[in-house]
Amino acid sequence: MGEVKNIAKDAIEAKTVEGVAGLEADKYKYGFESDIEQEFAPKGLNEDIVRFISEKKNEPDWMLKWRLDAYARWLTMEEPTWAMVDYPKIDYQDAYYYAAPKSDKDGPKSLDEVDPDLLEVYKKLGIPLKEQEVLAGVQGAPRVAVDAVFDSVSVVTTFKEELAKVGVIFCPLSEAVQKHPELVKKYLGTVVPPTDNYFATLNTAVFSEGSFVYIPPGVRCPMELSTYFRMNAQGTGQFERTLIIADKGSYVSYLEGCTAPMRDENQLHAAVVELIVLEDAEIKYSTVQNWWPGDAEGKGGVYNFVTKRADCRGKNSKVSWTQVETGSAITWKYPSCVLRGDGSSGEFYSIAITNGFQQADTGTKMIHLGKNTKSRIISKGISAGKSNQTYRGLVSAHKKATGARNFTQCDSLLIGDQCGAHTVPYIETNTPSAQFEHEATTSKLSDEQLFYCRQRGLSEEDAVALLVNGFCRDVLQKLPMEFAVEAQKLVAISLEGSVG
Amino acid sequence: MIKIKNLTATVNDGQQTILNGLSLEVPAGEVHAIMGPNGAGKSTLSYVLTGKDGYDVTDGSVDYLGQDLLAMEPEERAAAGMFLSFQYPLEIPGVPTMHFLRTALNAQRTARGEENMAAPEFLKKARQIATDLKIKPDMLKRSLNVGFSGGEKKRMEIFQMMMLEPKFIIMDETDSGLDVDALRIVADGVNALRAPDRGMLVITHYQRLLDYIVPDRVHVLADGKIVASGDADFAKLLEKEGYDKYAA
Repeated sequence: MGEVKNIAKDAIEAKTVEGVAGLEADKYKYGFESDIEQEFAPKGLNEDIVRFISEKKNEPDWMLKWRLDAYARWLTMEEPTWAMVDYPKIDYQDAYYYAAPKSDKDGPKSLDEVDPDLLEVYKKLGIPLKEQEVLAGVQGAPRVAVDAVFDSVSVVTTFKEELAKVGVIFCPLSEAVQKHPELVKKYLGTVVPPTDNYFATLNTAVFSEGSFVYIPPGVRCPMELSTYFRMNAQGTGQFERTLIIADKGSYVSYLEGCTAPMRDENQLHAAVVELIVLEDAEIKYSTVQNWWPGDAEGKGGVYNFVTKRADCRGKNSKVSWTQVETGSAITWKYPSCVLRGDGSSGEFYSIAITNGFQQADTGTKMIHLGKNTKSRIISKGISAGKSNQTYRGLVSAHKKATGARNFTQCDSLLIGDQCGAHTVPYIETNTPSAQFEHEATTSKLSDEQLFYCRQRGLSEEDAVALLVNGFCRDVLQKLPMEFAVEAQKLVAISLEGSVG
Repeated sequence: MIKIKNLTATVNDGQQTILNGLSLEVPAGEVHAIMGPNGAGKSTLSYVLTGKDGYDVTDGSVDYLGQDLLAMEPEERAAAGMFLSFQYPLEIPGVPTMHFLRTALNAQRTARGEENMAAPEFLKKARQIATDLKIKPDMLKRSLNVGFSGGEKKRMEIFQMMMLEPKFIIMDETDSGLDVDALRIVADGVNALRAPDRGMLVITHYQRLLDYIVPDRVHVLADGKIVASGDADFAKLLEKEGYDKYAA
């Protein structure tokens, strides 16, 4: 059995290397723009824009008020500067805060009604819209429900019926506001409050789309839920807001994947993801992020300022964050776990790759509040080119968190001699019974290893991809199958041209 | 098969000459041994032939099957059938041996314009060779060479060699780290690969290996060139007399 699995995996890995070899022509495969008509809000940010977004979404008053309060608060806040990233000042008045595909107005009922240009974009991206297969009568297609976010409005939401059978709600957040206001009201902003931080507050004011997931008590979500984000309009900031609630004893695995077209302007992205995990429930959240990192001179590229946090509210609740971060010019991201319930556990598995002039300051926070809470952090950072990367992590134990345990492992791999890797672990404990372990290594991709691979017939780039995939293996294995292949491809694509 | 003419190679920006006008010819179907004192340039020869960075070829030429070998990238040489069994095989963490080998094999086949080897065929072949070399199946699943003993690593080189079926094989001190039993197993594997269209260059410090892999010719490499040559018995003589009289 194990062998069969290995063959399958080997086959996929081999296929990956082949696939990557075919992509040499264009380093950033997804660097095109489709020209679907956009309905913009005027450029700039003010109270009217916030009202415009709320109105477009047909939101109730409480929601508008929530946004306006956040906006007022944001005006008094200052952009944080503690991260080890350096970028020109962002002109918040020089961006659009709302853009939606025009053809969405009437709301497509099926793929046939979806703008063909849009489907073409997904086709170019190679996004497996599994529903296409299902609609075409393809037998045995894996069930992946896709709530595809195209710029700011969810265009296709699939498998709703099947999910509805077991009571799972998976829909755009704006729809949830209309249809399930009680759930949204109860949970939205309770993990990442509107006052949390500069970017989260901005998001609260202007978020335009995102996903909403609710898993009822005792339900194991019958499929992996996935959302592909893709920024498509010139200068459109993305302010996604995702809210996932796993009720008592439930389980869900959620996949988030991102690609963006090539452009000159910097794009601001400030998403918020809130996970709420009740007693004995589990959420597995996986991300593959490959937004435009900027050109060879380091110009352009996405600014990715994300706030992701999970709240383990019940006993024995469990969260696991897995991320593969290869894109963006600037990454500022710390998916965190608040381990409130006794016996709850949090995991963070991360691969971050920076090349060219990319800068990433990323890590996690494990906040142990409950008794016998456990956390595990495995971080693999790969720096190449002239990039700079920082792992920044906090592990803390409250005085009531007796028996808290953490294991942290941070490995950095350097490719070339012009990049940087930094590890900044913060460890705080207020209980003597907590056991925190931290291990860190830094290594360089060796010329000897590269030569060994090349002597066996691998090209230099394939050799780098193989060695780096090996370095990341512990984390890649944590990804759902659907993502593992894509992630391995990304690892290879991201590091093209990093050696020699 | 391979014709090395007047090969001269330096390191450290030309400050040190390691190969100094080395000439050697290995016809197809023959096994040649290279012996010589430490520091004579034996390993350098293997690296220059396989294209490792860090060596500047300042003079001479290498004709390999009618091609200008020195103009080829390391992976092109591999695809053309060049194989080096490393003196110190590298560890490749996180990459299972089987995956590594399959990736390498298919990369070579693609470069030669051949189809990839189908998974079942690959597995069957790997199992057979592993059995012959007394390699436990479990080892093939582990990361290549990570945590392997010196002898295991050497055996894994021979395993790769037999899987890849190269045309020209260079073995650099393959006997070091092997006990007598392992040496016999490895030699059996190497001997099984002897073929009219395949050439081998066996680099060794000791004559012991040549009792098992009997060479057609034996050369002494000293001070960067071939200074003496003979038949298989010459190796025994060298073992007895040492290299002193060949070293400058």
